[in-house]
Amino acid sequence: MHNSATKEILRLKVNGEEREALAPPHKLLLDVLREDLALTGSKRGCDDSSCGCCAVLVDGVPTLACVALAASYQDCEITTVEGIAAPGTLTAVQEGYVEAGGTQCGFCTPGFLIATKALLDRNPEPTPDDIREALSSNLCRCTGYMQIYESVRLAIERTKSSQLDAVRS
Amino acid sequence: MAAKYTLIGKPMPMTDAKSKVTGQGLYTDDISVPGMLVGRILHSPHAHALIRRIDTARAAALPGVKAVVTGLDAPKPYGILPVGHDEQVLQSGKARYIGDNIAAVAATSAEIAEHALSLIEVDYEVLPAFFDPRESMKAAAGWIHDTKPNNIEKEYHHHFGNVDEGFAQAQFVREESYYAGEVTHAAMEPHSTLAIWEPDQRMTVYSSTQVPYYLHRTLSDVCEMPMSQIRVIKPLIGGGFGGKSEIIPLEVAAAVLAKKAKRPVKITYTREEVFYAHRGRPITYVDLKVGLTREGKITAVAARVVQDGGAYCGYGPVTVLYSGALLGAIYDIPNVKYDGFRVLTNKPACGAMRGHGTVNVRFAFEAMLDALAHDAGIDPVDVRRRNLLNAPCITVNGLRVTSYGLPECIERATEHAGWNDKKGKLPRGRGIGMACSHYVSGAANPIVRSNIPHTTVNIKVDRDASITVFTGAAEIGQGSDTMHVQLTAEVLGVRPDRVHLVVADTDLTPIDLGSYSSRVTFMAGNACIAAAKNMREQILAGVAKKLGCEASELDLREEQLFVKGESAARMNFDQAIAAALEFQGGLVARGTYQPPETARGGKFKGAGVGPSPSYSYSAQVAEVSVDVETGRVTVESIVAAHDCGRALNPLTVEGQIEGSVYMGLGQALQEEMIWENGRLMNPTLLEYRIPSTLETPEIESIIIESIDPEGPFGAKEAGEGSLAATIPAIANAIYDAVGVRINSLPITPEKVLAALQEKQKRERAAATNMSGNGGGGAR
Repeated sequence: MHNSATKEILRLKVNGEEREALAPPHKLLLDVLREDLALTGSKRGCDDSSCGCCAVLVDGVPTLACVALAASYQDCEITTVEGIAAPGTLTAVQEGYVEAGGTQCGFCTPGFLIATKALLDRNPEPTPDDIREALSSNLCRCTGYMQIYESVRLAIERTKSSQLDAVRS
Repeated sequence: MAAKYTLIGKPMPMTDAKSKVTGQGLYTDDISVPGMLVGRILHSPHAHALIRRIDTARAAALPGVKAVVTGLDAPKPYGILPVGHDEQVLQSGKARYIGDNIAAVAATSAEIAEHALSLIEVDYEVLPAFFDPRESMKAAAGWIHDTKPNNIEKEYHHHFGNVDEGFAQAQFVREESYYAGEVTHAAMEPHSTLAIWEPDQRMTVYSSTQVPYYLHRTLSDVCEMPMSQIRVIKPLIGGGFGGKSEIIPLEVAAAVLAKKAKRPVKITYTREEVFYAHRGRPITYVDLKVGLTREGKITAVAARVVQDGGAYCGYGPVTVLYSGALLGAIYDIPNVKYDGFRVLTNKPACGAMRGHGTVNVRFAFEAMLDALAHDAGIDPVDVRRRNLLNAPCITVNGLRVTSYGLPECIERATEHAGWNDKKGKLPRGRGIGMACSHYVSGAANPIVRSNIPHTTVNIKVDRDASITVFTGAAEIGQGSDTMHVQLTAEVLGVRPDRVHLVVADTDLTPIDLGSYSSRVTFMAGNACIAAAKNMREQILAGVAKKLGCEASELDLREEQLFVKGESAARMNFDQAIAAALEFQGGLVARGTYQPPETARGGKFKGAGVGPSPSYSYSAQVAEVSVDVETGRVTVESIVAAHDCGRALNPLTVEGQIEGSVYMGLGQALQEEMIWENGRLMNPTLLEYRIPSTLETPEIESIIIESIDPEGPFGAKEAGEGSLAATIPAIANAIYDAVGVRINSLPITPEKVLAALQEKQKRERAAATNMSGNGGGGAR
């Protein structure tokens, strides 16, 4: 079947911006992001929703864009790795992954950042088991996860100390 | 010790990490260019079949299809080794495994390309196929390659010392058979290649490769274009582990399609295609015999190894040679005999995977050593202490060992793990085990023999006083780029952010052989230091002229230029560069690395594989719990001490050790490619289960620094050597926990449970005999 289904205009809110794409209704969110919106930060690592490299936030909830139909997410706030921080800045989570070695080859990193952000947004002081559990849907083949945990801990510390600074000043 | 350096030995975040956490960094599949077509490959549904006819007419006629190619478009065989040019990018005579490459299509969309594949007609004549290497190597006819009788790709027979005499001196001799299932790299980035045909008859190829130079050569060969007309660029790579260290069919197929369509073509594998592209660690049968004296001295080792290489040569002969060369060389063993067979079967080709060739034999050896220590009533740690090399030395098989941190690895790992408090004292079901491993810091002999240095690094400095390093070394996530920045900034006495890299672009960067065999830090690192030292000399020579003094009176450090003995700086780095430019114009420096003659090994057949300018060492302790009801093994913790020479960047060294342990853990307990008549039953990350956070225990990495006399600032390899120790450490811990030895990988709950039941049966039988009931038979 190479005759593509009729295309329709999709209206998506991605990283705070209203975006439009012309795509068939069966097109996956990941493909719309990568091919139509030039947001290639989200990665395709598998064919069957098992690796987590494509994770994006949909209304704050980590969602696998490789098994989500783009057309179903037109009323949602979508955040990809490109939208985690304001351009030219890094959030504490990103700083943590840079400084503590949480990213080696970097291919799984967007998904891990999304999962970490979602965790810390709902639970700013997770236990080691909370962290392990929250990141268990994402696979990393490089790190053995130790430096990823270190990255998350560093992000938590940074966030706490910047909050303290804000209170003090 | 490290105080004399500003940057060496201090943690430095990866220079490309910010591009990775923002999503801005580009991997091959992220790159799109105008007019780009989508390529797809037709794979064989048969494991072994003659190709009678391929009809591509219907596919070519489909609107949107811009090129269809078959083996006739690129018939020249290739392969990573000069002795193994046995695969065509697309087979024209015979398909040799399910998934073999038959034809390729480039079209304006993925859907059209996939539809076109379904329109290609192929007549196959199915042939009997070989799936078990032990059977395959006995085949009298119907061989997979006509030129390889009995389906044996290569066999090697090495004998050093005299093992018969050695076994005669031993009080304890064991003979056992070990098995390791097939595992694969499973890098998170599926392979991708974008080939761009350019109007001036040139081609630019972006590819997910660990070996841009070998890809460059192969494309030139197969596309029949001079190397000067091809430009290979390596973008960010999402992990390699060896899976991208030889030429993968899509890389050539994309180029052949682009050449035919005269347009850019991108092919990205699905995850299933990645599994079939494979080139991973082969199924390995190890028959091992080791002798030990009452005092715990190893007298002899003899091994017969059969590897299931799959349908093509690939790195096969190298894999089977590494298995032999590194088998006995970690300890002082006077008598070593090795018989290695690389056998062809109708399955995807195996190749190099992290710890190349050493992992499965190390599992067998370290597990057997544990058993022998038990036989002799010696602590497993002590038995290793009693067999250490007296380095520096030359091993019995001709490997030159310059630095040897294994003794300290053993002491520190066991101390951190609380060995003396735990060994033999943990409750039933809980156990502790240890094992060691080692690995090369690059191969001393290149794949294609020549006298050209293995790597060259260029450095340029001009009026902006920024420093540009041109290196062909392939950053694949391991920190190669960061290493270059760190070394250059250290030697020139500047801030790291002044150093910029141009990496792995064959139009711009000098040749480096690639990221494999853990060669980059040692080889590209030494070349980088040489280039930076040369640059430093040029800068100081220019400044000396300006100041009217000798260059030897000057010092460059902390972004300042000093006259030695003076406390105030004469000028800053920018001014020093301006001064030097007055006399020399733009500054260009070059450094190279070539392993010394003394490191290149013996003269016997097969002696070329195994020699390295330096070896890393690792000792590990694993603690496990075993559920005796289910056979399930939980690894509680792993302590890994790794001797990497000087740890240039402890942050990345720890990442490499932990990553290696992690991959060993996967192979030990849960990873296995399951084959049924040549078909992979688990070609997905859902069913080929690499460990998630939930299965990965706490890993403690300990860096041991035996400063290597020839390494860059004393460094050696860190990225592979730790993997092999993890597997036997876990196996030995299982024995300590429940008293069964599992000689087959992965150690699944089924195998543990079966062994426990077998053990129980034996113990019952023994108890029955003891109680004098004789034959029993009541049950």
